[in-house]
Amino acid sequence: MISTHSKMEKPYTNPYLTGAILGLVLFMAFLLTGSGLGASGPLNRVLVYIEDIIAPQHINNTPYLIPMAGGDTNPLDNAFVFLTLGILIGGFLSGLFNHRLSFITNKGPRITEKTRWSMAFLGGILMGYGARFARGCTSGQGLSGGAVLSVGSWVFLLAVFAGAYGVAHLLRRLWT
Amino acid sequence: MEQLFAAFPGPLPLTQLYGKAGFYLISLLIGIAFGYTLEIGGFGKSTKLAAQFYFTDMTVFKVMFSGIIVAMVLVFGASALGWLDYSRVFVNPTYLWPGVVGGLIMGVGFVVGGFCPGTSLVALATFKKDGIAFVLGLSVGIFLFGENIDALFSRFWNSSNLGRLTLMDLFQLPAGVLVFFIVMMALALFWLVEYVEDQVNGRQDRSKQLKGKLVGAAAISLVALFVMMKGQPTVADKWQLIADGEQKRLDQRDVQIAPAEMLEFIENDLVRTRLIDVREESDFNLFHIIDAERIELAQLPRLAEKEYLQEPANTLFIVMSNDESAATEAWKILRAQSIENVYILENGINGWLDTFSELIIESDPLSGDLPVPSKRLTSVEDDGLRYVFPAALGSNYSVSDPDLHEYEFEFTPKVKMKVKKAAGGG
Repeated sequence: MISTHSKMEKPYTNPYLTGAILGLVLFMAFLLTGSGLGASGPLNRVLVYIEDIIAPQHINNTPYLIPMAGGDTNPLDNAFVFLTLGILIGGFLSGLFNHRLSFITNKGPRITEKTRWSMAFLGGILMGYGARFARGCTSGQGLSGGAVLSVGSWVFLLAVFAGAYGVAHLLRRLWT
Repeated sequence: MEQLFAAFPGPLPLTQLYGKAGFYLISLLIGIAFGYTLEIGGFGKSTKLAAQFYFTDMTVFKVMFSGIIVAMVLVFGASALGWLDYSRVFVNPTYLWPGVVGGLIMGVGFVVGGFCPGTSLVALATFKKDGIAFVLGLSVGIFLFGENIDALFSRFWNSSNLGRLTLMDLFQLPAGVLVFFIVMMALALFWLVEYVEDQVNGRQDRSKQLKGKLVGAAAISLVALFVMMKGQPTVADKWQLIADGEQKRLDQRDVQIAPAEMLEFIENDLVRTRLIDVREESDFNLFHIIDAERIELAQLPRLAEKEYLQEPANTLFIVMSNDESAATEAWKILRAQSIENVYILENGINGWLDTFSELIIESDPLSGDLPVPSKRLTSVEDDGLRYVFPAALGSNYSVSDPDLHEYEFEFTPKVKMKVKKAAGGG
């Protein structure tokens, strides 16, 4: 546990106020860049960057990866990579100012930390795969596409909530 | 600063204004604001996120939907006021079934893992160990997708592509009406989820901060109402915004290109040409230039938004009518809809025939099906076809696709290709 945690964690901001600020940030993104927000695409680019160092030939033979890193294309040369870097910095800064930087594991009361970690890892795999399948994550597809009234994004949001509520009861041991 | 304001309506050409570095810096700042906001809302804490699915804490729903409706009223409000050009905003293309399958997988992943991608980054940035494990898993999932999509599901993944499909297209309603309706629906749902929270938790939190909630609800309802009453700009409104500069280009004849210049571009493999013929169907059937598409003026605004804006940057649009009147109308519509690289065929189809038909006869005396100038030459009304044709052969006439490489034509080159990259998604 690092020192900042010893001070009292500040309470979270009201959800509607948070949402309003989020909406304003999203609007600024559209007004300035023409695109919304995103988080899963850039992570893909970082991975592809590493892959391109290890096995460039493989990238050049995989149609899905070519547009990102085929030939001399640098997958990190993309605005969304900087946006994602910003998410990390912004999250860290808020954690710092509000005394919420702490090496802890948040978990349901009935499972061990190790179970929580493995489930987080497994859930991450599903999320990563699903997000690429859906061409965007909750931010890039749901939030951004939802705000500009894309049909696919609204259907996607319904699917995410349907998938989650569909298994929530079955997996209640994890969280309750 | 002046330059910045001149660049409106948005989205702004950031790379042009501030270079790539400036564009990336702005993206970084937007990301910082985004990450900060997620963290103050409690999105770095998996137990708070997962509580959404057990009805004890509906923060995820409240934040997401208030974020969506606030951004939505601002986007369509700005568009109504002419500050933001919605047709150039990136709207996620709809790939229906892959979106559904991906969404379902993500829903399961959300409950199993306790995060979604963006929130897990915030958890990682605030050192949450489960966040770190999740991001590792996320990387593996993304990696696996990149490695096997081409082999396993590429056909399905690329299926049901409906392009830039909006709720306005689906419900055939104006954007403002949908905006207002969605805001009302969201407010009702907020009330409902708070009711559910209270029932599940056995508390009475609904009445807490009631004044603030009502003020917020009233504010967004009023803005939504304004967006609905104001309506989205019509093509004519959008033309008015750019009319000053663009009318000058028309008057100075900067955008009317000679038939020979057009022929050069048709034969240039580095440039995609889309030839848009806006004449009556009967004239088009009588004669048209090879690969020209006949489009009704009334269809142009929609085609521009759905199709032409999505074309690669090296696409040259040339509009044509018999003379120039209808083509000029088409040009204005396309410019109002933010299409770049649009030109008018100078003196229209009549001008094309004036330029090439005699040369064709000269170069190939055996072509017997050539059009001959009409006797009605002078009495034809403006934008009427001044040639008569022996039969409605469309683009089968030699002069539809003239092969005149041995000739040198003199003309003033006017086409200046502007390369503007459309915004993409993350």
